[in-house]
Amino acid sequence: MPADFISSLFVFILAAFLGFEVIKRVSPLLHTPLMSLTNALDAIVVVAAIIIAGRAETRLSTILGLIAVAASFSNMVGGFLITDRMLGMFKTGKAVKKS
Amino acid sequence: MTAFTTQQLIDFTYIAAAIGFILALKWLSSPVSAMRGVLVGEIASGIAVLATLFDPQVTHYKWIIIALVIGAAIGVPLGMVKMTAVPQRTALSHAFGALSAAMIGIAEYYVSAPNVPKFEMAEIGLEVIIGSLTVTGSLIAAGKLQEILPQRPITYKGQNFVSLSILSAAIILMVILVFHPEYTYLFPIMVAVALVFGIMLVTPIGGADMPTVISLLNSYAGFSAALLGFVLNSKVLVVAGALDGASGFILSVIMCKAMNRSFTNVLFGAFGQVQAAAAGAAEDRTVRSASAEEAAAILAAANKVVVVPGYGMAVAQAQHKVRELYDSLTKKGIDVKFAIHPVAGRMPGHMNVLLAEADIPYDKLVDMEDINGEFPQTDVALIIGANDVTNPAARTDTSSPIYGMPILDVDKARTVMVIKRSMAVGFAGIDNPLYYMDKTLMLFGDAKGFVGNIVRELTGSGGH
Repeated sequence: MPADFISSLFVFILAAFLGFEVIKRVSPLLHTPLMSLTNALDAIVVVAAIIIAGRAETRLSTILGLIAVAASFSNMVGGFLITDRMLGMFKTGKAVKKS
Repeated sequence: MTAFTTQQLIDFTYIAAAIGFILALKWLSSPVSAMRGVLVGEIASGIAVLATLFDPQVTHYKWIIIALVIGAAIGVPLGMVKMTAVPQRTALSHAFGALSAAMIGIAEYYVSAPNVPKFEMAEIGLEVIIGSLTVTGSLIAAGKLQEILPQRPITYKGQNFVSLSILSAAIILMVILVFHPEYTYLFPIMVAVALVFGIMLVTPIGGADMPTVISLLNSYAGFSAALLGFVLNSKVLVVAGALDGASGFILSVIMCKAMNRSFTNVLFGAFGQVQAAAAGAAEDRTVRSASAEEAAAILAAANKVVVVPGYGMAVAQAQHKVRELYDSLTKKGIDVKFAIHPVAGRMPGHMNVLLAEADIPYDKLVDMEDINGEFPQTDVALIIGANDVTNPAARTDTSSPIYGMPILDVDKARTVMVIKRSMAVGFAGIDNPLYYMDKTLMLFGDAKGFVGNIVRELTGSGGH
């Protein structure tokens, strides 16, 4: 078993545990923005896509990498945009009257 | 001490990004700090992407920039959709996320094939299988939500056996590839089989189960990204994927609990049989109906009103009329709250977003657990486009298919009003005894039109 695997597993377990603890506290009010935000954060896959496409090792890997760049970057842009819009709609009684 | 290498500097931005992601989720715990959370997430992602562009491994920029522009061009309209379309948008974004992860996994495979070490082959295989099935599964879910595909569950005999066989086939192919990497032709077959399995997984699932399925696909998309992190030894992917996977998993569990169903029950869809069992219960019972004028008079005389919105409200686009109703009742000094069932709508939290969009203050949107104790002191419970989540049979009738499902205790309010197009049954196909209670008034009509009429009556009769 490669050493990389163990260190990745270590990070995975800690991150998943932290994720459970943090996400448990998210108000059900915000479950839709939660999903769109985690989607946008997950789009960090784009950094791996950029490397694969940028290395240009084979024609196939470059093309697949470029598709991945477009797909994940669309999630990053769209995910943050819609989360921002949704959260902007959540107002308290006072704020609603002012606007 | 020597200066940091470019690679190390990039790694530092990834560590910063991971911290940003966790803070973003932490600040989402309250609507007050949530905006700050998104901003931190945006900055964290932004610097990570920028830093990656300076990675010495990246030698060709032109096409990457073009791909980023295309991504942004797809992302912006997907970020601007109407709130009613958010569930299908979300399903589509799960598909994109999984597509990206699957593409990279496939690219990694072909760069080193057929000389792929056993362990790496297992990682890539698992990653590509989960990624691929999430792509097609999410596309089917998005199609159902967009109503391009039929929303009802499509089932046939022996379905679970066929689906499981297909999944097993994909896994067997992966295992063969681990031990015989020279059979490279098996790899595309494995991908194809996983894609087919994704279709088989979601096709049998009906509209009312969509909140669970979307959460589950969310979780799969996250875990496929985390697995990709294992393949590429990229810790930032492992962290982001673990967070996304954990989030989807928690939401799936909440949704399952809210429907009193197990994971396996949702996945291997048993709801088809439920409908057949419930059909026999229908008998001629009388219901009391009322006009908008009568409903308005009862509402005007109330001190406390709880509105129960359901997916029907979203379908009728009635949320802005509901806001007008909220305004006119609040003006009369009546306490108005909204009772939100966890599975109301087509994805977790969907109702909250729709009502917030209609400018209803979020402190009036109350979870099931918190509102249920208030129904005995409620004068009027007004149900708009919700059905199964208010069915008291879930509490009392052990023979009911939804027995045990947590519901909103609207039947404990002094008066219950139900705005409904007709006496047709809900998604679960079950009759609702609530409608035959003496305290229940049925308001037959289109939700938007009927609420509009009530508002007209309320404002017309004027502030006295």
